[in-house]
Amino acid sequence: MVAPTVAFRETVIGAVLIVQEFTLLCIQAIAGIAASRRYIPEITLQIERVGVGSLFIVILTGLFTGMVLTLQGAIQLEPYGATIYVSRLVSTSVVRELGPVLAALMIAGRVGTGIASELASMQVTEQIDAMRAEGTDPILKLVTTRLIACVLMIPILTILADGVAMVGGWLIATVTLSIDSYFYWTWALEALLPRDLVLGLLKPVVFGFLIAMVGCYAGLRTTGGTVGVGLSTTQSMVSSSILVLGADFLLTKLSMVWS
Amino acid sequence: MSILLELDGVTLALGGREVLHDVSFRVQRGETKVILGASGSGKSTILKLILGLIRPDRGSIRINGRDITQLDERELQHCCREHMAMVFQNAALFDSLTVRENVGYRLRERGTRSGDEIEKIVEESLRFVGLDDVLEKMPAELSGGMRKRVGIARALASGAEVILYDEPTAGLDPINTCLITRLILKLKAQHVTQIVVTHDLETADSVAESILMIQRGRVIFEGTSQEMKQSHDQEVRFFIDPGCRFDHEHEATVLPRPVIPP
Repeated sequence: MVAPTVAFRETVIGAVLIVQEFTLLCIQAIAGIAASRRYIPEITLQIERVGVGSLFIVILTGLFTGMVLTLQGAIQLEPYGATIYVSRLVSTSVVRELGPVLAALMIAGRVGTGIASELASMQVTEQIDAMRAEGTDPILKLVTTRLIACVLMIPILTILADGVAMVGGWLIATVTLSIDSYFYWTWALEALLPRDLVLGLLKPVVFGFLIAMVGCYAGLRTTGGTVGVGLSTTQSMVSSSILVLGADFLLTKLSMVWS
Repeated sequence: MSILLELDGVTLALGGREVLHDVSFRVQRGETKVILGASGSGKSTILKLILGLIRPDRGSIRINGRDITQLDERELQHCCREHMAMVFQNAALFDSLTVRENVGYRLRERGTRSGDEIEKIVEESLRFVGLDDVLEKMPAELSGGMRKRVGIARALASGAEVILYDEPTAGLDPINTCLITRLILKLKAQHVTQIVVTHDLETADSVAESILMIQRGRVIFEGTSQEMKQSHDQEVRFFIDPGCRFDHEHEATVLPRPVIPP
């Protein structure tokens, strides 16, 4: 039986090694951005996969989030006779927090796991080795291209999710709560400050980076055949979700300190 | 003939287990060398070391006189991989590309030839392996033997000086085994340097100019096929003839019957 101290030491060393490898991969992927012009067709393909492919789930996520938020918000505001201000609550919550986080979590589930499983399959079938043998840098061709696609498309998808969520809230506000459209949109837009918009756009850029890099890292370090592919996919989903939530907290806290 | 490749005292451990121990051998330019050994003996690892996909713990690997063990990825590309191509055990064709795109992959990546030139080379390479009618197919639509032949076509199209084969006939039917063996022999006749890793004695016997036998990560024999057959070394003899004879009467009495549930 392994002594607890030895097991603890090995766990710590393993964790440090993972952080070191992940950081190195991030540096190499970013360093490759300048040279990635030669892979524009690959970047375009990834943009289509991330952007167009995630459109449907992001729209649905935004729509239902906005609708639920309006219903729940109205219940809380009704005792104060402030139901008319529900759109302020919807717009600020969606733009600052829910839009970026929920869109990122949905994209982590769809795109992040897709990246991890694709790269993991390539790893276990020696396609990554074949790529290196053929003279291609797999980090440039596989990681940098996916990183660019995620960092470009996730903010756009988030803007879309935010917009659809506010439309969803408007539907419930006008149909169920009988709030006038003019008041809904006036209060919704008035509540938003420039820093909300900046934060709402900065977060998805960071989340896009994390989703792409975690997916690529999990895929590239896969061992152990088809079982390993499954493990990497799960690991990618779990790690990127936790990192997205952690980064969200950190960015929110930093923005508060800043302001 | 000049020496193209030289491994000297190569030792490698993976996951705490020594995979190769003090492996040394040379490959002459234009030679077809077979690395023979049982499964898990470290043969395929040698090919990955030669390509610089992994690095040894000790020893040197010289290609055209230059030690590649200390080179970074870019230098490896220029002085090693540029001149070599590998046919992987399961062909390792890129799933997302057609056969045409797979075979012309390296030429497109290099970007030094026109599209028409690449097309011509791709078609010629596929014709050489007898597969000029599968250009637009995806790898998933091909049989195991066809995938390996496309792998060979990819190696040929790259114009590599050295072709490395990892178990080229493993898991193939006799007809496909014969086709692959013939392709290797055709290239041997054209004096292409080839290193063939296999556990199949028949393939080794057919194509080898010299054989290197590996057992548990150590070189136990180096010589011609004829010398191998005449070797008195116990391990070599055991590999050539493991003495696996099936005595029906004896096995029937000694082996337990499988338990079949009611």
